[in-house]
Amino acid sequence: MSQANAHSHDHGHHDQESLKQFGFWLFMITDVILFATLFATFVVLRGNTASGPIGAELIEMNGIIVSTFILLTSSFTSGLALLSMNKGDKKGLILWLAVSALLGLSFIYLEVNEFIHLVHEGANIGTSAYWSAFFTLVGTHGLHVSIGIVWMTAIIFQIARRGITPVTKRKVNIISLYWHFLDAVWIFVFSIVYLMEVM
Amino acid sequence: MASQNHSHEETGHTHGSLKSYIIGFVLSIVLTIIPLVAVMNDMFNKSTTIVIILVTAVLQFLVQLLFFMHIREEDKPRYNSISLIFAILLLLTIVIGSIWIMTYNQVAV
Repeated sequence: MSQANAHSHDHGHHDQESLKQFGFWLFMITDVILFATLFATFVVLRGNTASGPIGAELIEMNGIIVSTFILLTSSFTSGLALLSMNKGDKKGLILWLAVSALLGLSFIYLEVNEFIHLVHEGANIGTSAYWSAFFTLVGTHGLHVSIGIVWMTAIIFQIARRGITPVTKRKVNIISLYWHFLDAVWIFVFSIVYLMEVM
Repeated sequence: MASQNHSHEETGHTHGSLKSYIIGFVLSIVLTIIPLVAVMNDMFNKSTTIVIILVTAVLQFLVQLLFFMHIREEDKPRYNSISLIFAILLLLTIVIGSIWIMTYNQVAV
């Protein structure tokens, strides 16, 4: 009897953890809608440069290529964090999460540098419809990555203090989903905003 | 031990293996380099290049879903996958709908 109770309690707990993960998928739907509107806006307005500078003149692909590979690697290392966690390896988990967060940080550093460069060249968010759409789309993605870095850092501290528990496990699962999701969004930013602009 | 394994799988958390992560990583690097080389060297005409960029982007998105997010390994009922399909439907409606309307928008011209 007591065993049956313990089991049902256990089951309820697991149900709640996977329900929370489903809740995160619902959040990602809303985020997909946000990025869909920003992409649609960018694609529709990409020709409207108000006789100002166009992307192809100012975008420096070298930095963009480097940051693309940084984010790709970061997505991979957050997967390695998940593997360490499933093995019960707390040190490995913290290490790979820290590597992912640092790669994310260098991505943001490159992006901020790129924005500063663009503004110096005379393309700010008010220059034309093209640049408004550009900065809003790329900046929103950058903001997501920045929030992800803060979030990941907080989870690293929590794991260091509490170890690998069902709750911290769920949190790592969700942050790594979020991280893969941001990488997927970047693939389309890279393709549609950058590659199609300079081709 | 056996029951622990059982309850472990009930969480719906999927694991993947090192192998699947490495395959996914290599594939996504290759799928990034293909359009990059095509664009930087001006290898094809404009419409072919656009097709290459879009196809490799979509393939890479699938790589993320299958090898990193483990969408295939979800237990039934597949609520997460269904919400993903719903999100893609909304995405395509918003993006393609906007392009469609604005392409034939005579007022703005």
